Amino acid sequence: MSSVPLSAYLVLALILFCIGLYGALTKRNIVVVLICIELMLNAVNINLVAFAKYGAHPGITGQVFALFTIAVAAAEAAVGLAVLIALYRNRKTVHIDEIDSMKH
Amino acid sequence: MMEMAWIVPLFPLLSFFILLLAGKKMKEASAYVGMLATFVSFLAACAVLVDRIGASTYKAEQVWLTAGRAKWTVGFEVTALNAWMLVVVSLVSFLVHMYAKGYMRGDERFSVFYAYLGLFTFAMLGLVLSPNLLQTYMFWELVGLGSFLLIGFYFYKEEAKAAAKKAFIMTRVGDVGFFIGMILLFSQVGSFEYEDIFKAVQDGTLSPALATLTAVLIFIGAVGKSGQFPLHTWLPDAMAGPTPVSALIHAATMVAAGVYLVAALFPLFEASAVAMRTVAVVGGFTAIFAASIALVQTDIKRVLAYSTVSQLGYMMLALGSGSDVAAIFHLTTHAFFKALLFLAAGSVIHAVGTQDIEKMGGLWRKMPLTAAMFLVGALAISGVPFLSGFFSKDEILVAAWTYGYGGLFWIAVAASFFTAFYMFRLFFLVFGGKERHDVKDVHESPAVMMLPMLVLAVLAVVSGYIHTPWFGTFLGDWLTDGGYAHEATPVWIMIVAAIVSMLGIFLAWLMYGKRSLARDWLSSRVPFMYSMLWNKYYIDEFYAWTVGCAVNAISRLCYYADRFVIEGIASLIAAAVNTAASFGARVQNGQVQTYGAVAFIGLALLVVILAFTGGYL
Repeated sequence: MSSVPLSAYLVLALILFCIGLYGALTKRNIVVVLICIELMLNAVNINLVAFAKYGAHPGITGQVFALFTIAVAAAEAAVGLAVLIALYRNRKTVHIDEIDSMKH
Repeated sequence: MMEMAWIVPLFPLLSFFILLLAGKKMKEASAYVGMLATFVSFLAACAVLVDRIGASTYKAEQVWLTAGRAKWTVGFEVTALNAWMLVVVSLVSFLVHMYAKGYMRGDERFSVFYAYLGLFTFAMLGLVLSPNLLQTYMFWELVGLGSFLLIGFYFYKEEAKAAAKKAFIMTRVGDVGFFIGMILLFSQVGSFEYEDIFKAVQDGTLSPALATLTAVLIFIGAVGKSGQFPLHTWLPDAMAGPTPVSALIHAATMVAAGVYLVAALFPLFEASAVAMRTVAVVGGFTAIFAASIALVQTDIKRVLAYSTVSQLGYMMLALGSGSDVAAIFHLTTHAFFKALLFLAAGSVIHAVGTQDIEKMGGLWRKMPLTAAMFLVGALAISGVPFLSGFFSKDEILVAAWTYGYGGLFWIAVAASFFTAFYMFRLFFLVFGGKERHDVKDVHESPAVMMLPMLVLAVLAVVSGYIHTPWFGTFLGDWLTDGGYAHEATPVWIMIVAAIVSMLGIFLAWLMYGKRSLARDWLSSRVPFMYSMLWNKYYIDEFYAWTVGCAVNAISRLCYYADRFVIEGIASLIAAAVNTAASFGARVQNGQVQTYGAVAFIGLALLVVILAFTGGYL
């Protein structure tokens, strides 16, 4: 049944995380950045589930954690979009490079 | 009184401080402070001298520094030589202080002038009292500082500024020699004390070769200070200072220091025939060399300055001939008549407003007193019989002859002929003949200037009698503590010297007084020689071309090294810091993504480090 080894899951998670990180650090549109952050979170989820199944101590904990993460990610997306809308109302932009008030 | 000898230099120092602090308010009254201080000094010096009669040398000292086994002491010492020098220096200094009250009247920095005079006198008196080389060296440098301040007193004049710098630097060249000699002596003897040095010379701790080396090195210091041949050029330029200063420098303080140093270290010099010969040859050569330059100069003070160089050469010749008595004798008489000549010249300059003797003349009727004083001084320096210069110069000639320096003896005789000639050339041009100046109301100087000259004139006449073959060699007995050898002096030397000096005066009278001999009958025949003398043997030009160029080249090199190498390194560091800073500034741009990237790179680095080190550093 277990023809897929652990390393394959980990590599997939790594690739997914790197794509998410790359997007989060380079994309201008905040919506896309938020999506990329979701990607990274999902990469973590894959890791959690993979270790829950093939780790040193297989069990249910990892899967529970993954569910928690999905819940938190949903909440995060909701708060993030709310902030984004507030930001758009104030600044008339969703481009992250135009929001540099931390500089001052 | 001898145990109180330290107060002699203290009074001029006190005057220096008082005038420095309160001189601005006191104005012309500062002259009285200076005069009082030096007069008390003079009285104290006389008391010390009287006290020293019949007593032995008094020495007081305290440990100043200890380093390992070496000890440095400070203190003072009253030897016969010291006591004598104290009196001469303080007397001349007092008279100059008095004279300057008239000469410097109305000067804006009147009190500063007196303050400097006080410092200068203090330095010289301190130098004379020093019991060890280190202390001597310190006062030696103080004398240099005093002369620098006074020569450059008219600092707004370019030539005075240049002259002050020149005096300071030229003497410093000599001082380096002195310093090296001093350190060398210390490394061999282990002490700066004169006594220990002489003991080491006697019992052979100091090898003859090293005695020669150190003596010659210390003599280089004396050469610088006393304006002897290779380092003499500062002395004639030093007349850019006020005339009373010239009198003080040329008579008692600055230049006497060199002669005094050699006299004080005489046992060291006597231990080495080579050193003695060096001193004698340099002295003899300087005597004739400077006298020949003085023949053609037209600046009254310059003639007198070269005359001083020449007379100092005589003193060095005497020292090199083994007669420190003759040297100190001539130092004393020279102090009196040269101070007199300078003060008289100052009086003339004060009245006429120029130093060029071609623009003077006929002053005999306008300024009879000054003329008489100058005549006395000129007669004394020329060695006319029965005046002071005659006896002291005769003593030197005898010393040179009996020591076996035949050639130097005849050189000294020739220099004596030159001396008589240039002094009376000066006298006839300034005081005789027709008036050539354009100042209407030439008048005699005030009494405050005449009085010191009068005192000096009397001294210039009678001071020779303290040491004569006829009436007794008081000075010789005094300086050697009664051990002066009464040698039968060859009478013919005295006669030759007298005839030679009379011939010189006669020739000057023929050329400049009676004018039966054209002034240029010799100079027109050998124009090459004349221009050589007029340009002072091109010594200054020679120095400018060699030493000056070398120094310029080195400083140019250093300039470029500083400009490009040192500054290059500095600006490189600045640029590196700048680059790093601008990189840092670019990172701080407010872009949240950049911050995220930096944070991630940092995390990744940490992880890599962790992977390589396995957890703990």
